[in-house]
Amino acid sequence: MVELTLPRNSKIAKGKVWPKPEGASKPKAFKVYRYSPEEGGQPRWDTYWVDTDKCGPMVLDVLFYIKNKIDPTLAFRRSCREGVCGSCAMNIGGNNTIACTKGWAEVAGPSITIAPLPHLPVVKDLIPDLTNFYAQHAYVQPYLKTDTPEPEKEWSQSPEDRADLDGLYECILCASCSTSCPSYWWNGDKYLGPAALLQAYRWLIDSRDEATGERLDDLEDPFKLYRCHTIMNCAQVCPKGLNPAKAIAKIKHMMVERVV
Amino acid sequence: MTTSTKSVRGLGAAGRGTEHHIRQRVSAIALIFLVPWFLSSVAFAMTAGYSGAIGWMQQSHNALLFILLLSAALYHMRLGLQTVIEDYIGRAGTKQALLIGNVFIVGGIYVVTLLSVLKLWLGNAA
Repeated sequence: MVELTLPRNSKIAKGKVWPKPEGASKPKAFKVYRYSPEEGGQPRWDTYWVDTDKCGPMVLDVLFYIKNKIDPTLAFRRSCREGVCGSCAMNIGGNNTIACTKGWAEVAGPSITIAPLPHLPVVKDLIPDLTNFYAQHAYVQPYLKTDTPEPEKEWSQSPEDRADLDGLYECILCASCSTSCPSYWWNGDKYLGPAALLQAYRWLIDSRDEATGERLDDLEDPFKLYRCHTIMNCAQVCPKGLNPAKAIAKIKHMMVERVV
Repeated sequence: MTTSTKSVRGLGAAGRGTEHHIRQRVSAIALIFLVPWFLSSVAFAMTAGYSGAIGWMQQSHNALLFILLLSAALYHMRLGLQTVIEDYIGRAGTKQALLIGNVFIVGGIYVVTLLSVLKLWLGNAA
C-alpha cells in the first residue's frame, strides 16, 4: 500500500555526532542510519568523521573504518568486497548500490548519507530483512526444468542461445533494483519486483528449459508482473549494469505473443 | 503468522493481466493518431466562431472521428485509472468501491459526451 511519509516509529531522529579524528588531514563526514530493535526508540542519523587519507576508496572501506576505529556497534552485511556477492547493498547518497564498488569520492556533497535499502523492514542499522525478496526469487523457480530424460553427458546449448542469457545471468541478487522501484514499494507484497522478474526472463528464454508455458502461467497476473510501469529506476541503479525493465518488457511481449 | 513463501504465492496467479495490457497499448496507439487530428481541427474550427464549430461537428467525417476519439480516450482513461487505483489503494473494500466507481463515472462521461456529439451532428443543437 502506498505510504508517502514514514510511519511514526520509522521517522529518523538526529543522532550522535562523533568527534573528528585528531590530526586528520582530510576528514569527511558520513551520516549513517542507526537502528537497533533491542534498544528500541527511533532510528537516527549518526555522523562519523573519517580520515579519508587513512581509508580505502570505497564506501565499504569507510564502513570498516567506522566499525574498526570509531564505533564497533555498527552493523552491516558484507562478504566478497568485490561486487560479486551482493551482500553490501545499501542506499548511498540517495542511490541504491553496493558499498564495495561505490567510491565515496563519486558522491557529491560535504557529507554522504548511508542508509539501508529503502522500504524494507530493518533488522539492525544497515541490514534490511530480505526474506520476502528471496521468497519472490524462489517463486520464479530459477533453475532448469525439463521433462525430456536427461542426456547422458549434458544439456547442450548453442553459443548463440547461450549469448541470449548475457545481461541476465549476471544478477547478484543485491536487491538494489527492487528496492528502488516505487511499484515495489507500494505493492511489494504482490508485485514480484525487477530482480525476480529478470531471473524469470532468464529462464523463460533459456533454450534448454521446457517449462516456458508454466512459467508464463505463474506470471500472468495484474500484480505479479503487470505492476511494472517502466519507471526504469531498476536499470538506473543496478550495480552490474543490467536492465531488468527491458527483461520485464520482453516477458510482456511473450505474454502478448501467446494470445495474439 | 505465515511464511514468506505462502505470502508471496498468495492466492496464486490470477491468470489475467495481458488482456488489460493489450487494450491499454491499442487504445494508446489509436490516440497517437486521433489526438493530433483533434487538436489541429479544434484550432481550425475555433477560427470560425461558435457557428463555425457547430458546422465543423455537423460534417460526418468530423463527428465520426470525434466519436472514435472519445471512445479511445475514455476507454484508455478507464484502464489507466484502474491501474492507478490498484497501485495506490491497498484496502480491499475502498479499492473495489473505487474500481466500480471508475467504471460508472467514466461510462457516464462517455454517454453524456457521445450524446452531445450526436445531437450536434444530427443538427439538433438546441
